[in-house]
Amino acid sequence: MTPVEFTTYRHNPLIDPGLHLWGWQIPVYLYLGGLVAGLMILSGYHVLRAQWDRDRAHGHYVTAPLLSLALLSAGMLALFLDLEHKLYVWRLYLTFRVTSPMSWGSWILLLVYPALVASALLTLPDALPRLVRLVPGLGRLASAMEARPIFVQATGFANIALGVMLGIYTGVLLSSLGARPLWNSALLGPLFLFSGLSTGAAALHLLSHLRVPEARDEGDFGDALISALVHWLRPPEAGAEGHRKLEHADNSFLTIEFALLALFLGGLLTSTAAHQAGAQLLLTGPWGAPFWVLVVGAGIVLPLTLQYLQAQRKIRATIVPAVLVLGGGLALRFILVGAGQASAWTISLS
Amino acid sequence: MARYIMVIDTRRCVGCMDCVVACKTEHGIPEGYTRDWITETVRGEQPTTQLEIRSERCNHCDNPPCVYCCPTGASHIHERGGVVLVTPEKCIGCKACLAACPYNARYIHPDGYADKCTFCIDRVEKGLKPACVSVCPTHCMHFGDADDPLSDVSRLLASRPNHTLLPEAGTKPRIFYLT
Repeated sequence: MTPVEFTTYRHNPLIDPGLHLWGWQIPVYLYLGGLVAGLMILSGYHVLRAQWDRDRAHGHYVTAPLLSLALLSAGMLALFLDLEHKLYVWRLYLTFRVTSPMSWGSWILLLVYPALVASALLTLPDALPRLVRLVPGLGRLASAMEARPIFVQATGFANIALGVMLGIYTGVLLSSLGARPLWNSALLGPLFLFSGLSTGAAALHLLSHLRVPEARDEGDFGDALISALVHWLRPPEAGAEGHRKLEHADNSFLTIEFALLALFLGGLLTSTAAHQAGAQLLLTGPWGAPFWVLVVGAGIVLPLTLQYLQAQRKIRATIVPAVLVLGGGLALRFILVGAGQASAWTISLS
Repeated sequence: MARYIMVIDTRRCVGCMDCVVACKTEHGIPEGYTRDWITETVRGEQPTTQLEIRSERCNHCDNPPCVYCCPTGASHIHERGGVVLVTPEKCIGCKACLAACPYNARYIHPDGYADKCTFCIDRVEKGLKPACVSVCPTHCMHFGDADDPLSDVSRLLASRPNHTLLPEAGTKPRIFYLT
């Protein structure tokens, strides 16, 4: 006769964490945090390489710090909305818990803001010339920073270092929670970092299409909108060095992300039964279809192929790969957070 | 220093849920929530199947992941008996401890903080037993100091086969089930 094993257990949506733990707020926060980390690393690297000489063209990098500040603030808002005891949020900054990734994250975020503000100040005369004309003090501050290479270098280094910490932390936040076997992999940190880098490069790519330099200072809103739409649908100018570099960078990040994803799943599949069951949630389980279609297919393989063909000049360059990468990164966070909460150790009779 | 543990005799437990009611009454647990619950597991082949009824709650682990992941120190190990407790005034409701607990022993109280079994430390400090232990009609639940070799719990563990839940999770739980 076939052995039987069944367990009657509570199934209460009010108290069972797997049924109600984290909603949309945490995946959105992890996504925006990773995206900002990618933007910080890329713009920090650009600052170090360009030594921020205003006479040189910086293209889409000038708006990256301001965009990062906006996106990070939106992510922090999502994180705040997730808290159940919101009025006690200040408690995070009364202590530092070495063993808590969330405590590390809250302090890293506190350091990320000044680094982003410094970076934004440096780029402000190019990004928002009208604001600098209205508040001349900002322009003087930017010029003073620019005149001191040590400040420029420190800003570049700080953005790269804090970007790496922020990107890895978004993965470690999940991987440190041992009760959810799907998340139990040290590769989750690097995976989220490279996903953040690929989405950061895609965001810069998209930004370069959406920027409308000729309509920024003059003309009304309608002109700017029409100009933006035309610019958006138009392929980038031939020989645009920045676009090619971003395509190459994005392809490299996507390839590494793909390899890390394969290693992450391979590691789980060669681990305990609980970890194998966790991996199966993504491979063949309830999250299988969205994982293969949205994360692997539309989020990595398709943009990788399109960008490769664009780089080979076999197809026209469009914003499609960048949009796919951005969507794939969001899907990765939603699927991993959702499936991870459903993954658990199973209590059986000893 | 004391090290409080709970020993539950699964051969005596009938799953009457008096422990659940006692806990809810003692601590004024809101409707729909609970700090302890009954689990029944059946395993084996007919006609020799095994049934185990367990009263489950926070395991007050010696290696508590909920305490390690807490960003504010709200989850902590109490100085008396090593009991794992939550200070509501420090809890921000981030739910990291809920995700970290392999026993799903925590929930978010309607007032916004993480809540769970306290081993009735307020009663224990007055010399009383935890509410669930004191009402058990079959006397299947025992509470005491594992560091005292003469305590009931130490003698039961020394004399009867027993197991903990999810030892493979490495949390070193402090609720033992006699089999």
